[in-house]
Amino acid sequence: MIRTYSSTSGRFDWTGFLFAVVLAIVIAVPLLVVFTWAFTEIWRYPAVIPQKFGLRFWNQTLSRADVWDALSISLQLSATVTALSALICLPAAYAFARMKFPGRDLFFLSFLASHAFPKFGLLVAIAAIFLQLNLIATFWGVVLIQLVGTLMLMIWIPVAAFQAVDRRMEEAARDVGAGPLRVFWSITLPQAGPTIFAAVLLTFVSTFYETEGAWLIGAPQIRTMPVLMINFINNQVVIQYGAVLSVILWVPSFIALMFARRVIGTGAFAKGFGA
Amino acid sequence: MARLTIESLRKFFASTVAVDDFSLDVADGELVCLLGPSGSGKSTILRMIGGFEQPTSGAIRIDGQDVGRLSPDRRPTGMVFQSHALWSHMNVFNNIAFGLKLRHLPRAEIRRKVEAALELVGLGGYGHRQTFQLSGGQQQRVALARSLVLEPKILLLDEPFASLDQHLRERLREEVRDIQQRLGITTLFVTHGQDEALALADRIVVLRNGQCEQADAPDVIYRNPQTQFVAGFIGQMNFIAANVEGGTFRHPEMSVAIGAQDGPAVLAVRPEALGLVAAEGGAGVTVVRSTDFGSHIMVDVELSDGTRLKAMTSPAMRWERGTRARLVPSAYALYRDNKLVVSGTVGASTAAPAFGAAPLVV
Repeated sequence: MIRTYSSTSGRFDWTGFLFAVVLAIVIAVPLLVVFTWAFTEIWRYPAVIPQKFGLRFWNQTLSRADVWDALSISLQLSATVTALSALICLPAAYAFARMKFPGRDLFFLSFLASHAFPKFGLLVAIAAIFLQLNLIATFWGVVLIQLVGTLMLMIWIPVAAFQAVDRRMEEAARDVGAGPLRVFWSITLPQAGPTIFAAVLLTFVSTFYETEGAWLIGAPQIRTMPVLMINFINNQVVIQYGAVLSVILWVPSFIALMFARRVIGTGAFAKGFGA
Repeated sequence: MARLTIESLRKFFASTVAVDDFSLDVADGELVCLLGPSGSGKSTILRMIGGFEQPTSGAIRIDGQDVGRLSPDRRPTGMVFQSHALWSHMNVFNNIAFGLKLRHLPRAEIRRKVEAALELVGLGGYGHRQTFQLSGGQQQRVALARSLVLEPKILLLDEPFASLDQHLRERLREEVRDIQQRLGITTLFVTHGQDEALALADRIVVLRNGQCEQADAPDVIYRNPQTQFVAGFIGQMNFIAANVEGGTFRHPEMSVAIGAQDGPAVLAVRPEALGLVAAEGGAGVTVVRSTDFGSHIMVDVELSDGTRLKAMTSPAMRWERGTRARLVPSAYALYRDNKLVVSGTVGASTAAPAFGAAPLVV
């Protein structure tokens, strides 16, 4: 992946090589360690390579009821939050992209506001309010807190997607007899579709991994996968439980990012921020 | 079939005037070209007829019915956009069928109509293709078929060939003309290319700053331009500024007896109406360039006041750079404040046609 030979002089590119090594250590080694631990049965000091590989801890982890409960809760939460977020944000994104109304820029920036404060401070403040509303440790409490976090992603990317749709296409559809709603459904949405799909996917994944809000508002009744993983890592003597869970959690995000790559590559983020 | 009437159309954008008091009557089956430089308001007029812009004032009537306040989907107009604006998530068939589906036609009839439309634009059997698999010319044909399949009363073409290369553009415009005449569909065509307008139109409307400068048949526009702007915009034209004194247009290198009042004026002479005769001694104008076009030679000359003129001469005579020559105009037109004052042929200043032999009335 990294070209270590410069094409002009043919000399070894030591700077590039150094960067490659540093990046590999920082990114790849932790991953490697977690992966190794997940498939290890016995690994005692001072061996560099585990003494025994195996799937014993996978069986044990996957047979735990709390893991499946957490997975179910996590999927329900993510699906609910993503659907609500799309319901709220997509029409708003279309309005921001296509319509002119007073206070447009201010509204647009307000979606960024929740990201402009230290997140934990905000969460604690919200938790205090939720306590009075009896939302602490409830499903909908967690949904609400996670919804706030998804707003930015679900607004900014779809705004760029809608803006990228050629207006002439929409006009051509009006010209052949389609009303405004029909144009949106048959032309605008399919045209913006791939980008919006990526935004939905990213929202789902980021909600799936969201930890602080879920932990602060949801504990102890609502335990999501990441919260469970942190519990395992903090409280269990056996490292493998945490490692196995990490690897399981890693898979969906990897798939999602593969899908999202094409969107990020086309500069949808940049366009959203330039809007 | 359909007659388009535009009355005192006006369009203001914020503080700028895009279209100012524009009126036009397009007869049934006529192809009218709106021609003008960018910013002349020609596209705005077309978009107002299509319903994509709201007129500030004025009326747009199709067969006597005022459509000025209708939204685009309720107007009997079909528009072809410069950028073809095909829906890239649908194949060719579905692009053309979309409008028919909205009208809830039976499937068999949709299929028949779409295939007929594709046949009409010379793309029979292309229905299953994706739009991005087509060339620029084919895409524009599909866009044309998409409009025509709905049998609009008025066809609107907004610089449909602007993004195509020269060769393709010429071929496609002939095909469009054929189709238009075969269907007898009333058509309004916007372009900034004078070749396109001259080749296509029954009538050309020359626009400047949102106002109509002249609306006439192509040959009239070319041979009898009523304003200095039209004279300069269509074809090549030489302009010489000087004073009229005592019935004569007086310029050191070109004096023409003219029936006009005294005062500053601009003399317009087409290159093909400007002859060159070798001048003795240091008199006359200087040849600065001579370009051989095969059928004729275009000679650029410079006047003593720095004005450059073009003269079309026969290939029999070679004009070297630096040669002195005398100008012999055979036909001219005189403009004052953009308005035509008089036109005529040299020797007999009459109201006869200015450029060429066609018996046209000024």
